[in-house]
Amino acid sequence: MTETSPAPLVSMRGLAKHYGEGSARVDALKGVDLDLMPGEVVGLLGPSGSGKTTLLNLIGCIAEPSGGTLLLDGERIWDGRWLRPDLRRLRLEKIGFIFQFHNLLPFLDVTDNVALVLDMAGIPRRPAIERAHELLDYLEVGHRKTARPSSLSGGEAQRVAIARALANRPRIILADEPTAALDGQRAGIVMDLLRKVAVDRHATVVVVTHDEKIYDRFDHIFTLRDGRVVDG
Amino acid sequence: MNLAIRDIRHNLGRFLLTSIGLGLLLGVVLSMIGIYRGLVADALSLVRGPGADLWVVETGTRGPFAEGSRIPGDTREAVARLAGVTEAGSMTFQSLEALHRGRKLRLQVVGHEPDRLGGPAVITEGRGLARGRFELIADVKTGLVLGERIALGGDVFTVVGLTRGAVSSSGDPVVWMSLRDSQVLQFRLSPAPARREAARGPVATGAPDTVNAVVARVAANVPVESVTEAARRWKHLAAMTQDEQETILTRSVVEKARQQIGLFTTVLLTVSTVIIALIIYTMTMDKLKEIATLKLIGAPDGRIVGLILQQALALGLIGFSAGATLITLVKDHFPRRVVMLPEDAMALGVIVVVVCVLASGLGVRLALKVDPATALGS
Ligand SMILES: Nc1ncnc2c1ncn2[C@@H]1O[C@H](COP(=O)(O)OP(=O)(O)OP(=O)(O)O)[C@@H](O)[C@H]1O
Ligand SMILES: [Mg+2]
Repeated sequence: MTETSPAPLVSMRGLAKHYGEGSARVDALKGVDLDLMPGEVVGLLGPSGSGKTTLLNLIGCIAEPSGGTLLLDGERIWDGRWLRPDLRRLRLEKIGFIFQFHNLLPFLDVTDNVALVLDMAGIPRRPAIERAHELLDYLEVGHRKTARPSSLSGGEAQRVAIARALANRPRIILADEPTAALDGQRAGIVMDLLRKVAVDRHATVVVVTHDEKIYDRFDHIFTLRDGRVVDG
Repeated sequence: MNLAIRDIRHNLGRFLLTSIGLGLLLGVVLSMIGIYRGLVADALSLVRGPGADLWVVETGTRGPFAEGSRIPGDTREAVARLAGVTEAGSMTFQSLEALHRGRKLRLQVVGHEPDRLGGPAVITEGRGLARGRFELIADVKTGLVLGERIALGGDVFTVVGLTRGAVSSSGDPVVWMSLRDSQVLQFRLSPAPARREAARGPVATGAPDTVNAVVARVAANVPVESVTEAARRWKHLAAMTQDEQETILTRSVVEKARQQIGLFTTVLLTVSTVIIALIIYTMTMDKLKEIATLKLIGAPDGRIVGLILQQALALGLIGFSAGATLITLVKDHFPRRVVMLPEDAMALGVIVVVVCVLASGLGVRLALKVDPATALGS
């Protein structure tokens, strides 16, 4: 792999987030500086309540920062205000989410859960289905293409969710506790997959985890404590 | 990829059950409208029966349906002599209750001259009245059959012909008899003092030769108004066109019912709106997690609003079809006529669509407020 672009995919300076005001104010993040490079799989660790999910939400443009700046793929996204009018479009094109609870849509079968994000990106039905099938095969759940999410095992559902997160070839992949519901072997498979995506696509994968089994799978580990990165 | 249809298919049983429940409600709305239309049709069936252009009645009355009217039997000859009149006939109208085969039978009796204007428009079975007496043409709704004999006011009548769908404005089935028979019947059934006074009249049997109205047809090339004007010049008589007669009847008989049924229909539609809104709201509540997920993976608001709106419309339209089908199947079993007009059904269909759009507002508001971050939690 030749690293053509040394620029970070995710870059933040002094990124802060607080919830509530006055006596109810919680400072979840107190100014975080981070640069995440393409091709990297990074772990985000820290005790409960330290701000891991909050940081993931800020990178994913789901929550609005209270201060600092955020750049995604070289583009300034937040600088005291949102600089992109359509954040959902941004998410659709640039960001893939993998949830702890896979959050597949129960009324769509496995293929359509993946094809939906392609459909929303404007890809016609047939190529969308083809691509969905390709991804499902790649993630080794090709045999469950027509199954309903409710009939999948935890590991299968998680892999389908990963296929959905990857469908639009996003270069920023955010995963919150992706292996918490999986046994050691399956957790290893998921991490191998994420590594493969990071390498193949020059993507950045950010994984929030408490799962010690996978600590050795990361290029970098950042630990959050009380809303600050304590080592990186 | 249509999410609304996929989600409906996922919960098909529940969705159909809900739609059919709503359908019952919309069926009630439709039947209310149908009952009103039936009321109007029934009210007008008697006055439209003779196919007249002109009605001559007692002066100062709006007879013979809205008010009583009594005019001399020879009025018909005078009317027939008016320029432009091609046909005329004397008629009587009275309602009575007969005891037949052990049950009460409410009848609208129409007396007419067998070979003149005023008889039933169509006889579905049997024949019209002959010149003889004590014959009867009855609507099938009376339950009478051809050849059956029935006692009315002391005389026994034989059914010689049957009609279909002839009722009075209060829904009583119609029987026709000869003018003479009906005059005797009117005389016998009228209160005693009136009878004593009338008996001083010229007719030997005691029944006076009075009728309730004279109906007439006017030649096609003569304006009805000019003939009506001419008839109005007579003392003791009043004349009105068929249109005026229908208007009087609609006003007097139907107006109250229209208000009553109109109000009830409005209440039902309001209830339907609230119910649709609640159903849509609940359906949205059940999908909050999925909606948050959709937002998170980048679905635009239009897609989410579309999901809710399409489901609301599907609910309304399936419900409406179920209701309309139901009423079409059972409408002939109602005790009174239910008339389903395509334009009424269409109007209700449009209202249902509007109601669904309005009712989904609540669900849409809820869906748009959902924070995509909630998809990340458990
Ligand atoms: N929506 C919110 N409103 C108010 N406070 C919040 C909200 N979300 C998070 N917090 C608070 O912000 C702090 C950081 O929360 P966050 O969810 O980022 O922690 P975390 O590191 O992901 O914890 P865990 O490991 O338990 O998931 C906590 O004190 C939490 O209570
Ligand atoms: Mg968390």
